[in-house]
Amino acid sequence: MTSIAHRKRRRATGRLPVVLVLPAVLGLAFLLVPLVGLLVRAPWGTLPSRLFSASVGEALRLSLLCASLATVLCLVLGVPLAWLLARGDVPGRGVLRALVTVPLVLPPVVGGVALLFVLGRRGLVGQYLDAWFGVSLPFTTAGVVLAEAFVAMPFLVISVEGALRAADPRYEEAAATLGASRWLAFRRVTLPSILPGVVAGTVLCWARALGEFGATITFAGNFPGETTTMPLAVYLALETDPDAAIVLSVVLLLVSVGVLAALRDRWISGPS
Amino acid sequence: MRAWALAALLVVAGCGAAESGGAADTTGDGRVTVFAAASLTEVFTRLGEDFEAAHPGVEVVFNFGGSSALAQQIGQGAPADVFASASPATMAQVVDAGGTAAEPVAFARNRLEIAVPAGNPAGITGLADFADADAKIALCAGQVPCGAAAKRAFDAAGVTPRPDTLEQDVKAVLTKVRLGEVDAALVYRTDVRSAGGEVEGIGFPEADLAVNDYPIAPLAKAGNAAGARAFVEYVRSDRGQAVLAEAGFEAP
Repeated sequence: MTSIAHRKRRRATGRLPVVLVLPAVLGLAFLLVPLVGLLVRAPWGTLPSRLFSASVGEALRLSLLCASLATVLCLVLGVPLAWLLARGDVPGRGVLRALVTVPLVLPPVVGGVALLFVLGRRGLVGQYLDAWFGVSLPFTTAGVVLAEAFVAMPFLVISVEGALRAADPRYEEAAATLGASRWLAFRRVTLPSILPGVVAGTVLCWARALGEFGATITFAGNFPGETTTMPLAVYLALETDPDAAIVLSVVLLLVSVGVLAALRDRWISGPS
Repeated sequence: MRAWALAALLVVAGCGAAESGGAADTTGDGRVTVFAAASLTEVFTRLGEDFEAAHPGVEVVFNFGGSSALAQQIGQGAPADVFASASPATMAQVVDAGGTAAEPVAFARNRLEIAVPAGNPAGITGLADFADADAKIALCAGQVPCGAAAKRAFDAAGVTPRPDTLEQDVKAVLTKVRLGEVDAALVYRTDVRSAGGEVEGIGFPEADLAVNDYPIAPLAKAGNAAGARAFVEYVRSDRGQAVLAEAGFEAP
Protein backbone atom coordinates (compact mmCIF):
# COMPACT_ATOMS: atom_id res chain seq x y z
CA MET A 1 0.00 0.00 0.00
CA THR A 2 1.46 3.39 -0.95
CA SER A 3 1.93 6.11 1.61
CA ILE A 4 -0.56 8.43 -0.13
CA ALA A 5 -3.28 5.85 -0.05
CA HIS A 6 -2.42 5.16 3.54
CA ARG A 7 -2.76 8.85 4.49
CA LYS A 8 -6.02 9.20 2.65
CA ARG A 9 -7.41 6.19 4.36
CA ARG A 10 -6.45 7.50 7.75
CA ARG A 11 -8.08 10.82 7.08
CA ALA A 12 -11.28 9.12 5.92
CA THR A 13 -11.54 7.09 9.10
CA GLY A 14 -10.22 9.86 11.36
CA ARG A 15 -13.56 10.97 12.74
CA LEU A 16 -16.29 8.41 13.23
CA PRO A 17 -19.68 10.00 12.62
CA VAL A 18 -21.93 9.64 15.66
CA VAL A 19 -24.92 9.14 13.42
CA LEU A 20 -23.34 5.86 12.29
CA VAL A 21 -21.54 4.82 15.45
CA LEU A 22 -24.52 5.10 17.78
CA PRO A 23 -26.85 2.81 15.82
CA ALA A 24 -23.92 0.50 15.14
CA VAL A 25 -23.22 0.10 18.86
CA LEU A 26 -26.94 -0.35 19.53
CA GLY A 27 -27.07 -2.96 16.79
CA LEU A 28 -24.12 -4.80 18.28
CA ALA A 29 -25.70 -4.70 21.74
CA PHE A 30 -29.01 -5.91 20.31
CA LEU A 31 -27.29 -8.94 18.81
CA LEU A 32 -25.01 -9.75 21.72
CA VAL A 33 -26.97 -8.90 24.89
CA PRO A 34 -29.47 -11.78 24.50
CA LEU A 35 -26.54 -14.18 24.20
CA VAL A 36 -24.98 -12.67 27.31
CA GLY A 37 -28.33 -13.07 29.04
CA LEU A 38 -28.27 -16.75 28.18
CA LEU A 39 -24.80 -17.12 29.68
CA VAL A 40 -25.75 -15.17 32.82
CA ARG A 41 -28.83 -17.31 33.41
CA ALA A 42 -27.01 -20.59 32.72
CA PRO A 43 -26.97 -22.91 35.76
CA TRP A 44 -23.17 -23.16 35.82
CA GLY A 45 -23.13 -25.30 38.97
CA THR A 46 -25.07 -28.17 37.47
CA LEU A 47 -23.85 -27.55 33.93
CA PRO A 48 -21.36 -30.43 33.69
CA SER A 49 -23.79 -33.04 34.96
CA ARG A 50 -26.54 -31.79 32.67
CA LEU A 51 -24.16 -31.53 29.75
CA PHE A 52 -23.23 -35.18 29.88
CA SER A 53 -26.75 -36.43 30.40
CA ALA A 54 -27.88 -38.92 27.81
CA SER A 55 -30.65 -36.78 26.35
CA VAL A 56 -28.38 -33.80 25.65
CA GLY A 57 -25.74 -36.00 24.03
CA GLU A 58 -28.39 -37.73 21.96
CA ALA A 59 -29.90 -34.48 20.72
CA LEU A 60 -26.48 -32.99 19.99
CA ARG A 61 -25.31 -36.08 18.11
CA LEU A 62 -28.51 -36.13 16.09
CA SER A 63 -28.24 -32.41 15.35
CA LEU A 64 -24.65 -32.63 14.15
CA LEU A 65 -25.39 -35.71 12.08
CA CYS A 66 -28.51 -34.29 10.44
CA ALA A 67 -27.02 -30.85 9.79
CA SER A 68 -23.95 -32.44 8.22
CA LEU A 69 -25.96 -34.84 6.05
CA ALA A 70 -28.24 -32.00 5.01
CA THR A 71 -25.19 -29.92 4.09
CA VAL A 72 -23.78 -32.77 1.98
CA LEU A 73 -27.13 -33.05 0.23
CA CYS A 74 -27.15 -29.28 -0.34
CA LEU A 75 -23.61 -29.39 -1.75
CA VAL A 76 -24.38 -32.25 -4.12
CA LEU A 77 -27.51 -30.58 -5.44
CA GLY A 78 -26.86 -26.92 -4.69
CA VAL A 79 -23.48 -26.34 -6.36
CA PRO A 80 -24.70 -27.63 -9.72
CA LEU A 81 -27.86 -25.59 -9.29
CA ALA A 82 -25.81 -22.48 -8.58
CA TRP A 83 -23.70 -23.22 -11.65
CA LEU A 84 -26.85 -23.59 -13.76
CA LEU A 85 -28.18 -20.26 -12.49
CA ALA A 86 -24.88 -18.46 -13.05
CA ARG A 87 -23.64 -20.03 -16.28
CA GLY A 88 -26.39 -22.09 -17.85
CA ASP A 89 -28.31 -20.71 -20.82
CA VAL A 90 -31.69 -21.55 -19.41
CA PRO A 91 -34.75 -19.48 -20.24
CA GLY A 92 -36.37 -17.64 -17.35
CA ARG A 93 -33.23 -17.66 -15.27
CA GLY A 94 -34.36 -14.65 -13.25
CA VAL A 95 -37.59 -16.40 -12.30
CA LEU A 96 -35.69 -19.57 -11.43
CA ARG A 97 -33.33 -17.58 -9.24
CA ALA A 98 -36.28 -16.00 -7.43
CA LEU A 99 -37.92 -19.41 -6.94
CA VAL A 100 -34.74 -20.86 -5.47
CA THR A 101 -34.77 -18.21 -2.77
CA VAL A 102 -38.40 -18.83 -1.78
CA PRO A 103 -37.49 -21.13 1.14
CA LEU A 104 -35.45 -18.21 2.51
CA VAL A 105 -38.54 -16.07 3.00
CA LEU A 106 -41.04 -18.85 3.59
CA PRO A 107 -41.82 -19.44 7.27
CA PRO A 108 -40.14 -22.80 7.99
CA VAL A 109 -43.39 -24.22 9.37
CA VAL A 110 -45.00 -23.59 5.99
CA GLY A 111 -42.04 -25.35 4.41
CA GLY A 112 -42.68 -28.30 6.69
CA VAL A 113 -46.35 -28.40 5.73
CA ALA A 114 -45.39 -28.22 2.05
CA LEU A 115 -42.98 -31.12 2.53
CA LEU A 116 -45.78 -33.12 4.19
CA PHE A 117 -48.05 -32.50 1.22
CA VAL A 118 -45.36 -33.68 -1.20
CA LEU A 119 -43.39 -36.32 0.68
CA GLY A 120 -45.92 -37.36 3.33
CA ARG A 121 -47.56 -40.75 3.17
CA ARG A 122 -50.43 -39.29 1.20
CA GLY A 123 -48.34 -36.65 -0.52
CA LEU A 124 -47.94 -36.16 -4.26
CA VAL A 125 -44.69 -38.10 -4.35
CA GLY A 126 -44.79 -39.71 -0.93
CA GLN A 127 -47.76 -41.95 -1.71
CA TYR A 128 -45.71 -43.68 -4.42
CA LEU A 129 -42.64 -43.93 -2.21
CA ASP A 130 -44.87 -45.64 0.33
CA ALA A 131 -46.70 -47.89 -2.16
CA TRP A 132 -43.71 -48.92 -4.29
CA PHE A 133 -40.79 -48.93 -1.89
CA GLY A 134 -42.48 -48.93 1.51
CA VAL A 135 -40.59 -45.73 2.33
CA SER A 136 -42.25 -43.24 4.62
CA LEU A 137 -40.23 -40.10 5.33
CA PRO A 138 -42.18 -38.20 8.00
CA PHE A 139 -41.12 -38.97 11.58
CA THR A 140 -37.74 -40.35 10.48
CA THR A 141 -34.18 -39.05 10.74
CA ALA A 142 -34.15 -38.91 6.93
CA GLY A 143 -37.13 -36.59 7.21
CA VAL A 144 -35.13 -34.30 9.48
CA VAL A 145 -32.31 -34.18 6.93
CA LEU A 146 -34.75 -33.34 4.14
CA ALA A 147 -36.47 -30.62 6.16
CA GLU A 148 -33.13 -29.06 7.06
CA ALA A 149 -31.85 -29.27 3.48
CA PHE A 150 -35.02 -27.64 2.18
CA VAL A 151 -34.56 -24.65 4.43
CA ALA A 152 -30.76 -24.40 4.20
CA MET A 153 -30.05 -25.00 0.52
CA PRO A 154 -30.86 -21.47 -0.68
CA PHE A 155 -28.05 -20.12 1.53
CA LEU A 156 -25.56 -22.33 -0.28
CA VAL A 157 -26.96 -21.68 -3.73
CA ILE A 158 -26.96 -17.90 -3.32
CA SER A 159 -23.45 -17.87 -1.94
CA VAL A 160 -22.00 -20.14 -4.64
CA GLU A 161 -23.88 -18.40 -7.41
CA GLY A 162 -22.54 -15.04 -6.25
CA ALA A 163 -19.00 -16.42 -6.31
CA LEU A 164 -19.55 -17.87 -9.77
CA ARG A 165 -20.86 -14.60 -11.13
CA ALA A 166 -17.92 -12.72 -9.64
CA ALA A 167 -15.44 -15.23 -11.08
CA ASP A 168 -13.91 -14.40 -14.43
CA PRO A 169 -15.41 -16.72 -17.07
CA ARG A 170 -12.38 -16.16 -19.31
CA TYR A 171 -10.42 -18.79 -17.40
CA GLU A 172 -13.09 -21.33 -18.27
CA GLU A 173 -13.01 -20.15 -21.86
CA ALA A 174 -9.24 -20.47 -21.92
CA ALA A 175 -9.55 -23.98 -20.57
CA ALA A 176 -12.10 -24.75 -23.26
CA THR A 177 -9.79 -23.48 -26.03
CA LEU A 178 -7.14 -25.80 -24.63
CA GLY A 179 -9.50 -28.67 -25.18
CA ALA A 180 -11.03 -29.11 -21.75
CA SER A 181 -14.62 -30.25 -21.62
CA ARG A 182 -17.06 -28.09 -19.65
CA TRP A 183 -17.11 -30.66 -16.86
CA LEU A 184 -13.32 -30.74 -16.71
CA ALA A 185 -13.14 -26.93 -16.79
CA PHE A 186 -15.70 -26.76 -14.00
CA ARG A 187 -13.83 -29.26 -11.90
CA ARG A 188 -10.27 -28.05 -12.42
CA VAL A 189 -10.68 -24.33 -13.10
CA THR A 190 -14.01 -22.96 -11.88
CA LEU A 191 -14.41 -24.89 -8.66
CA PRO A 192 -10.97 -24.04 -7.23
CA SER A 193 -11.47 -20.37 -8.04
CA ILE A 194 -14.82 -20.16 -6.25
CA LEU A 195 -13.78 -22.30 -3.31
CA PRO A 196 -14.06 -19.47 -0.75
CA GLY A 197 -17.62 -18.87 -1.89
CA VAL A 198 -18.42 -22.57 -1.61
CA VAL A 199 -16.92 -22.72 1.87
CA ALA A 200 -18.85 -19.65 2.96
CA GLY A 201 -22.05 -21.12 1.57
CA THR A 202 -21.37 -24.47 3.22
CA VAL A 203 -20.85 -22.86 6.62
CA LEU A 204 -24.01 -20.78 6.32
CA CYS A 205 -25.94 -23.79 5.10
CA TRP A 206 -24.67 -25.98 7.94
CA ALA A 207 -25.39 -23.33 10.56
CA ARG A 208 -28.91 -22.82 9.23
CA ALA A 209 -29.52 -26.57 9.17
CA LEU A 210 -28.22 -26.91 12.73
CA GLY A 211 -30.68 -24.29 13.97
CA GLU A 212 -33.64 -25.51 11.94
CA PHE A 213 -36.82 -25.88 13.98
CA GLY A 214 -40.12 -25.16 12.23
CA ALA A 215 -39.86 -27.38 9.19
CA THR A 216 -38.33 -30.17 11.26
CA ILE A 217 -41.03 -30.33 13.92
CA THR A 218 -43.76 -30.05 11.29
CA PHE A 219 -42.44 -32.60 8.82
CA ALA A 220 -40.36 -34.94 10.97
CA GLY A 221 -42.25 -34.65 14.24
CA ASN A 222 -40.54 -35.12 17.56
CA PHE A 223 -39.17 -38.34 18.96
CA PRO A 224 -36.02 -38.53 21.11
CA GLY A 225 -33.11 -40.14 19.31
CA GLU A 226 -34.97 -40.14 16.00
CA THR A 227 -36.03 -36.60 15.21
CA THR A 228 -35.51 -34.51 18.35
CA THR A 229 -32.67 -32.21 17.33
CA MET A 230 -31.18 -29.58 19.64
CA PRO A 231 -33.59 -26.76 18.69
CA LEU A 232 -36.56 -29.07 19.33
CA ALA A 233 -35.03 -30.20 22.60
CA VAL A 234 -34.56 -26.56 23.64
CA TYR A 235 -38.18 -25.80 22.86
CA LEU A 236 -39.48 -28.86 24.72
CA ALA A 237 -37.22 -28.33 27.72
CA LEU A 238 -38.44 -24.76 28.03
CA GLU A 239 -41.84 -26.11 29.08
CA THR A 240 -40.64 -28.55 31.70
CA ASP A 241 -37.15 -27.56 32.74
CA PRO A 242 -36.04 -24.04 31.71
CA ASP A 243 -32.55 -24.62 33.13
CA ALA A 244 -32.09 -27.58 30.81
CA ALA A 245 -33.25 -25.41 27.91
CA ILE A 246 -30.57 -22.86 28.76
CA VAL A 247 -27.90 -25.56 28.95
CA LEU A 248 -28.95 -26.88 25.56
CA SER A 249 -28.93 -23.36 24.15
CA VAL A 250 -25.44 -22.69 25.50
CA VAL A 251 -24.22 -25.92 23.91
CA LEU A 252 -25.77 -24.96 20.60
CA LEU A 253 -24.24 -21.49 20.92
CA LEU A 254 -20.78 -22.86 21.66
CA VAL A 255 -20.92 -25.33 18.79
CA SER A 256 -22.01 -22.60 16.38
CA VAL A 257 -19.38 -20.13 17.57
CA GLY A 258 -16.74 -22.85 17.47
CA VAL A 259 -17.50 -23.72 13.88
CA LEU A 260 -17.64 -20.09 12.81
CA ALA A 261 -14.36 -19.38 14.60
CA ALA A 262 -12.68 -22.37 13.01
CA LEU A 263 -13.63 -21.10 9.59
CA ARG A 264 -13.18 -17.40 10.25
CA ASP A 265 -10.12 -17.08 8.03
CA ARG A 266 -12.12 -18.21 5.07
CA TRP A 267 -15.33 -16.54 5.86
CA ILE A 268 -15.72 -13.88 8.50
CA SER A 269 -12.60 -11.81 7.96
CA GLY A 270 -12.75 -9.99 4.69
CA PRO A 271 -9.70 -8.91 2.70
CA SER A 272 -7.43 -7.12 5.12
CA MET B 1 -46.02 -19.50 14.69
CA ARG B 2 -46.87 -19.61 18.36
CA ALA B 3 -43.91 -17.40 19.09
CA TRP B 4 -45.21 -14.91 16.58
CA ALA B 5 -48.64 -14.89 18.14
CA LEU B 6 -47.03 -14.36 21.50
CA ALA B 7 -44.88 -11.52 20.20
CA ALA B 8 -47.96 -9.91 18.72
CA LEU B 9 -49.79 -10.35 21.99
CA LEU B 10 -46.93 -8.81 23.91
CA VAL B 11 -46.95 -5.78 21.68
CA VAL B 12 -50.70 -5.43 21.72
CA ALA B 13 -51.01 -5.96 25.44
CA GLY B 14 -48.09 -3.65 26.08
CA CYS B 15 -49.91 -0.91 24.23
CA GLY B 16 -53.17 -1.77 25.95
CA ALA B 17 -51.72 -1.87 29.45
CA ALA B 18 -50.96 1.83 29.41
CA GLU B 19 -54.54 2.82 28.78
CA SER B 20 -56.32 0.13 30.82
CA GLY B 21 -55.70 0.49 34.55
CA GLY B 22 -58.58 2.79 35.46
CA ALA B 23 -61.69 2.59 33.35
CA ALA B 24 -61.21 -0.88 31.87
CA ASP B 25 -60.55 -2.44 35.27
CA THR B 26 -63.81 -1.31 36.79
CA THR B 27 -66.16 -1.82 33.85
CA GLY B 28 -64.65 -4.92 32.30
CA ASP B 29 -64.54 -3.21 28.93
CA GLY B 30 -61.75 -3.58 26.43
CA ARG B 31 -59.70 -6.60 25.65
CA VAL B 32 -59.72 -9.91 27.51
CA THR B 33 -56.72 -12.09 26.73
CA VAL B 34 -57.38 -15.79 27.29
CA PHE B 35 -54.66 -18.44 27.26
CA ALA B 36 -56.45 -21.72 26.63
CA ALA B 37 -55.56 -25.36 26.03
CA ALA B 38 -55.37 -26.37 22.37
CA SER B 39 -58.27 -28.77 22.82
CA LEU B 40 -60.49 -25.77 23.62
CA THR B 41 -59.76 -24.06 20.28
CA GLU B 42 -63.15 -24.50 18.62
CA VAL B 43 -65.37 -24.28 21.66
CA PHE B 44 -63.64 -21.26 23.20
CA THR B 45 -63.56 -19.43 19.88
CA ARG B 46 -67.32 -19.84 19.83
CA LEU B 47 -67.70 -18.87 23.50
CA GLY B 48 -65.55 -15.83 22.84
CA GLU B 49 -67.86 -14.68 20.06
CA ASP B 50 -70.88 -15.22 22.28
CA PHE B 51 -69.20 -13.33 25.10
CA GLU B 52 -68.38 -10.42 22.80
CA ALA B 53 -72.00 -10.35 21.61
CA ALA B 54 -73.21 -10.28 25.21
CA HIS B 55 -70.70 -7.60 26.21
CA PRO B 56 -70.51 -4.91 23.53
CA GLY B 57 -67.14 -3.17 23.47
CA VAL B 58 -65.29 -6.20 24.76
CA GLU B 59 -62.86 -8.07 22.58
CA VAL B 60 -61.67 -11.56 23.51
CA VAL B 61 -58.25 -12.54 22.24
CA PHE B 62 -57.09 -16.16 22.46
CA ASN B 63 -53.75 -17.81 22.61
CA PHE B 64 -54.29 -21.53 22.14
CA GLY B 65 -51.50 -23.99 22.75
CA GLY B 66 -50.28 -26.90 24.80
CA SER B 67 -51.27 -26.23 28.42
CA SER B 68 -47.71 -26.73 29.64
CA ALA B 69 -46.37 -24.21 27.11
CA LEU B 70 -49.04 -21.70 28.11
CA ALA B 71 -48.28 -22.19 31.81
CA GLN B 72 -44.64 -21.54 31.03
CA GLN B 73 -45.48 -18.39 29.05
CA ILE B 74 -47.62 -17.07 31.91
CA GLY B 75 -44.75 -17.79 34.31
CA GLN B 76 -42.47 -15.72 32.07
CA GLY B 77 -44.83 -12.78 32.31
CA ALA B 78 -46.93 -13.18 29.17
CA PRO B 79 -49.82 -10.70 29.41
CA ALA B 80 -52.79 -12.98 29.95
CA ASP B 81 -56.04 -12.30 31.81
CA VAL B 82 -57.42 -15.84 31.99
CA PHE B 83 -55.86 -19.28 31.89
CA ALA B 84 -57.93 -22.33 30.95
CA SER B 85 -55.83 -25.47 31.06
CA ALA B 86 -56.53 -29.08 30.18
CA SER B 87 -55.32 -30.48 33.49
CA PRO B 88 -55.10 -29.51 37.15
CA ALA B 89 -51.35 -30.30 37.02
CA THR B 90 -50.56 -27.59 34.47
CA MET B 91 -52.86 -25.14 36.28
CA ALA B 92 -51.01 -25.96 39.51
CA GLN B 93 -47.76 -24.69 37.93
CA VAL B 94 -49.36 -21.26 37.61
CA VAL B 95 -51.06 -21.42 41.02
CA ASP B 96 -47.81 -22.43 42.74
CA ALA B 97 -46.04 -19.47 41.18
CA GLY B 98 -48.74 -17.17 42.58
CA GLY B 99 -50.05 -16.45 39.10
CA THR B 100 -53.76 -16.82 39.74
CA ALA B 101 -56.12 -14.19 41.16
CA ALA B 102 -58.70 -16.69 42.39
CA GLU B 103 -58.98 -20.39 43.12
CA PRO B 104 -59.17 -22.33 39.82
CA VAL B 105 -62.49 -24.04 39.20
CA ALA B 106 -63.15 -27.03 36.98
CA PHE B 107 -65.48 -26.07 34.15
CA ALA B 108 -65.38 -29.14 31.93
CA ARG B 109 -64.18 -32.68 31.64
CA ASN B 110 -62.84 -34.50 28.62
CA ARG B 111 -61.91 -38.07 27.83
CA LEU B 112 -59.50 -39.62 25.39
CA GLU B 113 -60.46 -41.49 22.28
CA ILE B 114 -58.43 -43.30 19.63
CA ALA B 115 -58.36 -41.23 16.45
CA VAL B 116 -57.74 -42.86 13.09
CA PRO B 117 -57.90 -41.42 9.55
CA ALA B 118 -61.25 -41.85 7.80
CA GLY B 119 -61.71 -45.46 6.79
CA ASN B 120 -59.22 -46.66 9.41
CA PRO B 121 -56.68 -47.87 6.80
CA ALA B 122 -54.50 -49.69 9.34
CA GLY B 123 -57.43 -51.51 10.95
CA ILE B 124 -56.82 -50.15 14.44
CA THR B 125 -59.16 -51.66 17.03
CA GLY B 126 -57.81 -50.77 20.46
CA LEU B 127 -54.95 -49.57 22.61
CA ALA B 128 -53.03 -52.82 22.00
CA ASP B 129 -52.41 -51.71 18.40
CA PHE B 130 -50.32 -48.80 19.75
CA ALA B 131 -47.59 -51.30 20.64
CA ASP B 132 -47.26 -52.37 17.01
CA ALA B 133 -43.92 -51.14 15.65
CA ASP B 134 -45.25 -51.11 12.08
CA ALA B 135 -48.11 -48.78 12.86
CA LYS B 136 -47.40 -45.05 12.70
CA ILE B 137 -48.46 -43.58 16.02
CA ALA B 138 -48.68 -39.99 17.24
CA LEU B 139 -49.11 -39.12 20.89
CA CYS B 140 -48.98 -35.94 22.94
CA ALA B 141 -45.68 -35.31 24.69
CA GLY B 142 -45.67 -36.34 28.35
CA GLN B 143 -45.74 -32.81 29.78
CA VAL B 144 -48.91 -31.88 27.88
CA PRO B 145 -52.15 -32.90 29.63
CA CYS B 146 -53.28 -35.17 26.80
CA GLY B 147 -49.91 -36.94 27.01
CA ALA B 148 -50.27 -37.41 30.76
CA ALA B 149 -53.79 -38.77 30.27
CA ALA B 150 -52.56 -41.11 27.54
CA LYS B 151 -49.91 -42.45 29.90
CA ARG B 152 -52.60 -43.23 32.48
CA ALA B 153 -54.62 -45.05 29.85
CA PHE B 154 -51.67 -47.12 28.63
CA ASP B 155 -50.61 -47.94 32.18
CA ALA B 156 -54.13 -49.11 32.94
CA ALA B 157 -54.23 -51.21 29.78
CA GLY B 158 -50.74 -52.62 30.36
CA VAL B 159 -49.65 -51.51 26.90
CA THR B 160 -46.25 -50.01 26.08
CA PRO B 161 -46.94 -47.70 23.14
CA ARG B 162 -44.37 -47.26 20.36
CA PRO B 163 -45.04 -43.72 19.15
CA ASP B 164 -43.30 -42.24 16.11
CA THR B 165 -43.77 -38.68 17.25
CA LEU B 166 -44.59 -36.85 20.47
CA GLU B 167 -46.41 -33.65 19.63
CA GLN B 168 -46.60 -30.42 21.58
CA ASP B 169 -50.35 -30.10 21.74
CA VAL B 170 -53.35 -32.21 20.95
CA LYS B 171 -54.21 -30.27 17.79
CA ALA B 172 -50.80 -31.08 16.32
CA VAL B 173 -51.56 -34.75 16.97
CA LEU B 174 -54.97 -34.40 15.37
CA THR B 175 -53.42 -32.75 12.29
CA LYS B 176 -51.15 -35.75 11.76
CA VAL B 177 -54.23 -37.99 11.78
CA ARG B 178 -56.16 -35.68 9.47
CA LEU B 179 -53.32 -35.72 6.95
CA GLY B 180 -53.18 -39.51 7.15
CA GLU B 181 -49.54 -39.35 8.22
CA VAL B 182 -50.19 -41.61 11.20
CA ASP B 183 -52.36 -44.69 11.55
CA ALA B 184 -53.58 -43.89 15.03
CA ALA B 185 -53.34 -41.34 17.81
CA LEU B 186 -54.83 -40.62 21.18
CA VAL B 187 -56.72 -37.34 21.32
CA TYR B 188 -59.72 -36.00 23.19
CA ARG B 189 -63.18 -37.06 22.16
CA THR B 190 -63.96 -33.42 21.43
CA ASP B 191 -61.07 -33.24 18.96
CA VAL B 192 -62.38 -36.21 17.02
CA ARG B 193 -65.74 -34.50 16.87
CA SER B 194 -64.25 -31.20 15.73
CA ALA B 195 -62.41 -32.89 12.85
CA GLY B 196 -65.70 -33.93 11.24
CA GLY B 197 -65.55 -36.76 8.71
CA GLU B 198 -61.79 -36.71 8.27
CA VAL B 199 -61.15 -38.54 11.51
CA GLU B 200 -62.88 -41.52 13.09
CA GLY B 201 -63.00 -42.06 16.83
CA ILE B 202 -62.70 -45.42 18.58
CA GLY B 203 -63.61 -45.66 22.23
CA PHE B 204 -61.69 -47.90 24.62
CA PRO B 205 -62.50 -49.22 28.09
CA GLU B 206 -59.54 -47.55 29.83
CA ALA B 207 -60.80 -44.12 28.74
CA ASP B 208 -62.60 -43.84 32.07
CA LEU B 209 -59.18 -43.69 33.73
CA ALA B 210 -57.91 -41.07 31.32
CA VAL B 211 -60.38 -38.30 32.06
CA ASN B 212 -59.09 -34.75 32.41
CA ASP B 213 -60.70 -31.98 34.42
CA TYR B 214 -60.28 -28.56 32.83
CA PRO B 215 -59.67 -25.77 35.36
CA ILE B 216 -60.02 -22.07 34.63
CA ALA B 217 -58.83 -19.08 36.64
CA PRO B 218 -58.41 -15.32 36.31
CA LEU B 219 -54.76 -14.34 36.55
CA ALA B 220 -53.05 -12.19 39.14
CA LYS B 221 -51.36 -9.95 36.62
CA ALA B 222 -54.44 -9.50 34.47
CA GLY B 223 -54.53 -6.13 32.77
CA ASN B 224 -58.29 -6.47 32.65
CA ALA B 225 -59.27 -8.11 35.95
CA ALA B 226 -62.98 -7.39 35.62
CA GLY B 227 -63.06 -8.76 32.09
CA ALA B 228 -61.18 -11.85 33.28
CA ARG B 229 -63.73 -12.54 36.03
CA ALA B 230 -66.60 -11.93 33.63
CA PHE B 231 -65.21 -14.38 31.08
CA VAL B 232 -64.65 -17.08 33.72
CA GLU B 233 -68.22 -16.59 34.92
CA TYR B 234 -69.50 -16.79 31.37
CA VAL B 235 -67.71 -20.09 30.74
CA ARG B 236 -69.29 -21.49 33.93
CA SER B 237 -72.74 -20.10 33.19
CA ASP B 238 -75.56 -22.30 31.88
CA ARG B 239 -75.07 -20.81 28.43
CA GLY B 240 -71.35 -21.53 28.48
CA GLN B 241 -71.89 -25.05 29.79
CA ALA B 242 -74.44 -25.72 27.06
CA VAL B 243 -71.91 -24.75 24.37
CA LEU B 244 -69.28 -26.96 25.99
CA ALA B 245 -71.69 -29.89 26.20
CA GLU B 246 -72.59 -29.44 22.56
CA ALA B 247 -68.91 -29.73 21.65
CA GLY B 248 -68.69 -33.03 23.51
CA PHE B 249 -67.28 -31.90 26.84
CA GLU B 250 -68.69 -33.43 30.00
CA ALA B 251 -69.75 -31.46 33.06
CA PRO B 252 -67.08 -31.44 35.79
